[in-house]
Amino acid sequence: MQITVLSGKGGTGKTTVSTNLALSLSNVQFFDADVEEPNSYLFIKPDFSNKSESVLRRIPEVNQDKCTACRACVDFCEYNALAMLGDEVLVYPEVCHSCGGCKHICPEGAITEKDKEAGEVNWDLEVKDELEYWQGKMKIGEESAVPIIERLKEEINDYKNVIIDAPPGTTCPTIEAAIDSDYCILVTEPTPFGLHDLKMAVEVVEELGKPYGVIINRAEIDGDQIIEEYAEKNDIDILLKIPFQRQIAELYSDGIPFVNQLPEWKEKFQEVFADIQAVVK
Amino acid sequence: MKIAVTTVNNDGLETKLDSRFGRASYFAVVDTSDNSVEFIANQAKNASSGAGVQAAQTVADAEVDVLISGNIGPKAFQGLNKTDIEIYSAEEKSVEEVIADYEAGDLEELNSATNSSHAGLK
Repeated sequence: MQITVLSGKGGTGKTTVSTNLALSLSNVQFFDADVEEPNSYLFIKPDFSNKSESVLRRIPEVNQDKCTACRACVDFCEYNALAMLGDEVLVYPEVCHSCGGCKHICPEGAITEKDKEAGEVNWDLEVKDELEYWQGKMKIGEESAVPIIERLKEEINDYKNVIIDAPPGTTCPTIEAAIDSDYCILVTEPTPFGLHDLKMAVEVVEELGKPYGVIINRAEIDGDQIIEEYAEKNDIDILLKIPFQRQIAELYSDGIPFVNQLPEWKEKFQEVFADIQAVVK
Repeated sequence: MKIAVTTVNNDGLETKLDSRFGRASYFAVVDTSDNSVEFIANQAKNASSGAGVQAAQTVADAEVDVLISGNIGPKAFQGLNKTDIEIYSAEEKSVEEVIADYEAGDLEELNSATNSSHAGLK
């Protein structure tokens, strides 16, 4: 079982949901794929010690002696990572997406590739019984989070309950984090912004053809209608509501997953997981 | 001599300078021998990334001698530096006025990028 926790809007509670869900289940493999700003470690508290590995990606290197300035590579690059200025081809590694197309298209064989560090992965295979933790971290200055998320996903163990904390938004990194999952949890909040960005997230998971449900965070009795009406109209399951409550907020600010202090919530997350299993089968 | 000016529109020498380089709407290319002007639409205006790089390529391909803009980011500057194009910064005045200022020697020549990446998106 592989579940991705995502949201259109940032700051809605993806990490709250994914960490508390992970700590409520057994046989879990957790991935923090929010590689621009991984913060689930604040709650799960893994021990990385020396467990770190660089993530490399390939960028082009142009042999200017072989280059005939035909510009085939410059015209090919969709991302403007190459330019023909002065008498040479300039490479802009920051915007290169490492597709390898320029090397392929060069008629002179003037392009080779070299490694560039894109980020790193860290892990703790036994944070506690039955909880394995992985985190990706993007290097400052990099434009794309995708290579790090791809690297993280190589570690997925199909025999575990895999939970992926996705990056916010609805762009390539989020899609990379969701595209191979069996189920998507969309976290939202009962505000106009929350609804607006939930709709974007729904569009993404519909396009990917994934079964999905919604968790409302910071829920309030007299405010949830904004999400509930939308969910009812579109026949979307609301899996859980996490109330806008001082005690939960204080635990969060102390870096304590609230299921550890409020055991009744462990059961609620287990019920959510059972509901998901019933949908995925 | 050919001078490129980043512009907000493409309606003649009265058009105002666009202070953004990579995400300017047009490049006005003025031939100072007869004051004729030709507009090139900036294909990089809405590029998802590397707008400055692509804009630098367009300006270089137009074979201009001088570029007048407002703010130029690090990637574009690095690229333009490989060419012989002289780069100047000017206020948001009309093309006609900035060229007069250039000819009078009143414009500041740029020796480094004026701002950080992605400033033109803000």
